Amino acid sequence: MNYLNETIDSLHKKLVDKKITSKELTEQTLSGIKEKDEDISAFITVNDAAVDTANTIDESGIKGSLSGIPIAFKDNIVSNGIKTTAASKILYNFMPVYSATVLEKLENAGVINIGKTNMDEFAMGSSTETSFFGNTHNPWNLDSVPGGSSGGSAAAVASGEVVAALGTDTGGSIRQPAAFNGIFGIKPTYGRVSRWGIIAFSSSLDQVGVMSKRVEDSATVLSAMAGHDYHDSTSSEKEVPDYRADLNKDMTGVKIAIPKEFWHEGADPEVIKQVNNAIDTYKKLGATVDEVSLPTLKHAVEVYYILASSEASSNLQRYDGVRYGFRAKDVKNIKDLFVNSRSEGFGDEVKRRIMLGTFALSAGAYDAYFKKAAQVRTIFIQEMGKVLENYDLIMGPSTTSAAFKIGAKIDDPLAMYMNDILTIPANLAGLPAASVPAGLANGMPVGLQIMAKPFNEQAIFNAAYALQEENKFYEKIPTALKGED
Amino acid sequence: MNFETTIGLEVHVELKTKSKMFSPSPVAYGAESNINTNVIDFGFPGTLPTVNKEGYRLGVMVALALNANVENHTHFDRKNYFYPDNPKAYQLTQHDKPLAHDGWIEIEVDGKKKKIGIEELHVEEDAGKNTHGNDGYSYVDLNRQGTPLIEIVSKADMHSPEEAYQYLEKLRQIVQFTGASDVKMEEGSMRVDTNISIRPVGSDTYGTKVELKNLNSFNFVKLGLAYEEKRQSAILKNGGSIGQETRRFDEKTGETMLMRVKSGADDYRYFPEPDLPAFEIAPAWIKEIQDQLPEPADKRRERYVNELGIPEYDAGVLTDTKEMSDFFDAAVKFGANPKLVSNWLMGEVNAYLNDKKIGLLETALTPEHLATMIKLISDGTISSKIAKKVFKETISNGTEPEGWVKEKGLVQESDPAVLTPMITEILDNNQQSIDDFKNGKDRAVGYLVGQIMKQTHGQANPKVVNKILMSELNNR
Repeated sequence: MNYLNETIDSLHKKLVDKKITSKELTEQTLSGIKEKDEDISAFITVNDAAVDTANTIDESGIKGSLSGIPIAFKDNIVSNGIKTTAASKILYNFMPVYSATVLEKLENAGVINIGKTNMDEFAMGSSTETSFFGNTHNPWNLDSVPGGSSGGSAAAVASGEVVAALGTDTGGSIRQPAAFNGIFGIKPTYGRVSRWGIIAFSSSLDQVGVMSKRVEDSATVLSAMAGHDYHDSTSSEKEVPDYRADLNKDMTGVKIAIPKEFWHEGADPEVIKQVNNAIDTYKKLGATVDEVSLPTLKHAVEVYYILASSEASSNLQRYDGVRYGFRAKDVKNIKDLFVNSRSEGFGDEVKRRIMLGTFALSAGAYDAYFKKAAQVRTIFIQEMGKVLENYDLIMGPSTTSAAFKIGAKIDDPLAMYMNDILTIPANLAGLPAASVPAGLANGMPVGLQIMAKPFNEQAIFNAAYALQEENKFYEKIPTALKGED
Repeated sequence: MNFETTIGLEVHVELKTKSKMFSPSPVAYGAESNINTNVIDFGFPGTLPTVNKEGYRLGVMVALALNANVENHTHFDRKNYFYPDNPKAYQLTQHDKPLAHDGWIEIEVDGKKKKIGIEELHVEEDAGKNTHGNDGYSYVDLNRQGTPLIEIVSKADMHSPEEAYQYLEKLRQIVQFTGASDVKMEEGSMRVDTNISIRPVGSDTYGTKVELKNLNSFNFVKLGLAYEEKRQSAILKNGGSIGQETRRFDEKTGETMLMRVKSGADDYRYFPEPDLPAFEIAPAWIKEIQDQLPEPADKRRERYVNELGIPEYDAGVLTDTKEMSDFFDAAVKFGANPKLVSNWLMGEVNAYLNDKKIGLLETALTPEHLATMIKLISDGTISSKIAKKVFKETISNGTEPEGWVKEKGLVQESDPAVLTPMITEILDNNQQSIDDFKNGKDRAVGYLVGQIMKQTHGQANPKVVNKILMSELNNR
C-alpha cells in the first residue's frame, strides 16, 4: 500500500464501496512497510497479527471513518500483547498486559495497530539517534535524521507507509519531526488526551498527538482519541469537538501574533524565508499579523531541561530490574541489581538527563534549580497567556533549521537541546501547537508552527488547513523514496 | 547528674478503605501474595495514580478527632528511594502541605492531665513487603503496596516512657472510635516509630536523637524507651556521647540494638507529584465530616456515668473499644436495663471472648438478642440458670432467645396455681423433712426445693417456690 496519495476519507470510501477490504489494506500496508523500511527503518515492531484484526473488522462491517484503517503508534504507547520498548534496552523485551487509553479508544473506533515506531530512547532526543534499535532515516534524504523523538512516526507517514501515526510531544517531539519530514503534526493542549499508558518522560509536559500528511486526517484521529479518562487525573472533562466536521479555512479577521524572539539569530535564513512566505499567505487570506515579544523565552531551554529532567529522573526510577524488562546478570546483592541493571540498560542520553534531574531535585540544589525553574515556568505561562488575550494564534518557525545529518549533533548535547527552543514554549505553557509544512529549504522540508489558546485545537486545524490548501505541500514526494517520481 | 528525657512519636495508621489510596485494587489483610494488585501497584510503565477520596475523608476524620487544623490547599509529593517493595521507586506522600497540623491529645499520668501536641498528619501510600526465603531468593509481595496510611507526627512533648505509652493508648482509642482504622498493632494497621533523646536537667539544647524501631506493642515501646533512657544516661555519665543512629528493640532480651548509624540526612528528592493536580479541601466538606464524626470515647464514658448510672470503672471498660461501646449502646437502645447489659458484657461476654480468643464482632451475638435475653430474665420468664444456657446458644449460633426458650420449653414456671398443688403433694410425701424443719434443721428446706425442681425439670421460679414452700411449712 502506498499512502502518499491517500487520506482517511479516501480510504474509508474505498472500504465502504468494497473496492478493498480492511484485510487487503492491512496486508498491503505490511508489505509496504517491509519494502520501505529497508531504507527508512521507521518501525521497531511490526504487528503481523493486524491481518487477523482486519479480518474481524471486515466480518463485522466497516462502521465509522476510522474503521478498518491501519495506523502506527510510537513505541512509548503501551499496547497489550505487543512489545513496547520506549526504544530502550531496559524494556527491550517488555510485553504489556494492558493498553494505553489512546490505543483503546482508537481500536474501539476500528483502527488497526499496524506496529510500533522508532523513537529516541524514552523520548529523550531530537533525532531518533538515541534509540537502542538504531537510526531512522529521513525519506527526503536518507543521510539526514527524521528528527525526534517521534522520528519513526514522522518518517512512516512521510514515506507513505501509513496514513497517520501517533506520537508524543514533551518539548517538540511531534512538531520538530513533522517539520523535518514535511508533514502535519499536532500536540494538543495538556490534558486534552489521556496519558494513561504513555510511558512517562515528563508528566507535566508529555502529551499524545497525531501526525499525518493531511491536516484533516489528524483532525479525525484527534477527535477519536481525546477526552477525559478517569485513569488520568490531569485529563480534562471539556467536551471534544468534531474537528474534522468543523474544519474551516476562512482566515478573514483571524489575529496572528508573531513573537520576535522566534526569529532566532542563529536560524537558517532559508528556513526563515519559507516561514515568512507562509505568514504572508495568511495576510493574503485576510488575517492580521502583529509582532509581539516573549522576553522570558530566552530562559525556556534551561527551565525545560531542569523540569523535564527532574520529573524524568523520578519517572524512570521504576526501571530497576526487579519486576520487568532488562535485568543485569551475575549480581550479588540488591544494590548491584539496581545499579547494574540501570547502568547497562539505559543509554547515555537518558543517563545524562537522570543525573541532571537527580541533581536538580537534591536537597542542596532544589531551591536554585527545580523551584526556580517552576517559578519561571509560571511567569512564562502568564506571558503566553497575555499574548493570547489579544490574539487567536501565535506563529513562528517550528525549528531553526531543516533536518540535519545523522551524527552531526549527537556528540554535542547542548546544540541538540537548543533545537527545542521554538517548540518548548507550548509544552511549558500547556498550549496546543502544531507544525504544518511551509515549503522546502535547500530541498528539505520546513515547518510553520501554530499555537492557540488552551483547548482551541480547532483554530490550529483551521489555520493549518488554510495553508495546506494554498501551498498543497502534500503533493510533493519525498526525494529519497525509491520508485516515486 | 540528672537527665530529662524528650520523646517524639511517629505513628502510621492504616485507613480502612475498600480500595487502595491511588489504585482500585482491594485492600485486605492476609491474602495470597500479589493477589490484590494491578498494573498500578506493580508500577508498570504508563500507569498513573488516582486519588481515593474515601481514604482522604478518613484522614480528615482522624485529623478532626485529634483537634488538628485541616489544610485547605494541598497536593501530593513524591518521596524518591529505591527498594524492591517500592515498585515506582517513589512513595506518594504529603511533604509540603500535610493534610492537617497542630492537633493535640490529652493524656493522664499519675492523676495529672497533660496535653501532647501533634505536629502534623499526612496521607501516604504503604509499601509492599519483602521476605527472604531459605532458598536463597528474596520475594516481593505487593498486596500491601498502596494501602492508605495516615502518619501522625507528635511534637516532642513527652518526657517519660509512661507518657509515650499513655499517648499511644489514647491515640489508638481516639482513632478507633472514628472508625477510620482498626488500629491493630498485631496486624500492622498501627505502627510506631519513636525518637528519644536525653539532656542534663536545665540544659537549653536537646541531646542527640536516637530513632527506635521494630516496636510491636505499646508495652515494647515503653520497655524500649526505658532501656534507651538508661543506656543513654550511662553513656553520658561515663563522659561518652550519643551517636545519631537507628536502633531496634529486641523483644527477647528487652534491649535495643544498633541497626544503622545515620550519616547525614537521607535525600528523598521530594517534589510535587505531577500526575495528580493540586486540590482544594472545601470548608463545607470538612464541616460535613466533622458533623459525621462518631461520639468519642470520653464523651461516651461521661454519658454512661451521668445518664445511665454506670459505675466509673465499668464505663471505662465499656469504652475501651468502639465495638464494645457500640454494642452496649445498641443493646440499651433495644430497651434492656443498662446496668444489666454492662454486667453481662463485662462478665459472661468477656469471659466467652477470652476463652475463645476472639473479638466481639466475631461471635454470633447481636445487641438485640442480648437485650431480649436480659428482658426475659428481668420479667421472670427465664431463671438465671436457664439464662446461661440461652446465652451459650445465642452467642454460639445466633439463635433468637425468646423463640428458642419457648421452643425448648425453658420458660420458668412462676404461677402459684400450678406450683402450690405440686408443693403440697411433695410435703405430704415427706413428713420427715417437715419434722426436721420444725426442729430447726434448715437443710430440710434445701432438700424440699430440690425435690420441687426435680419434678419441674428445673423450670420452677425459685423465688416463687420459696415463698409458697415457707408459707406451707409454717401452716403445718
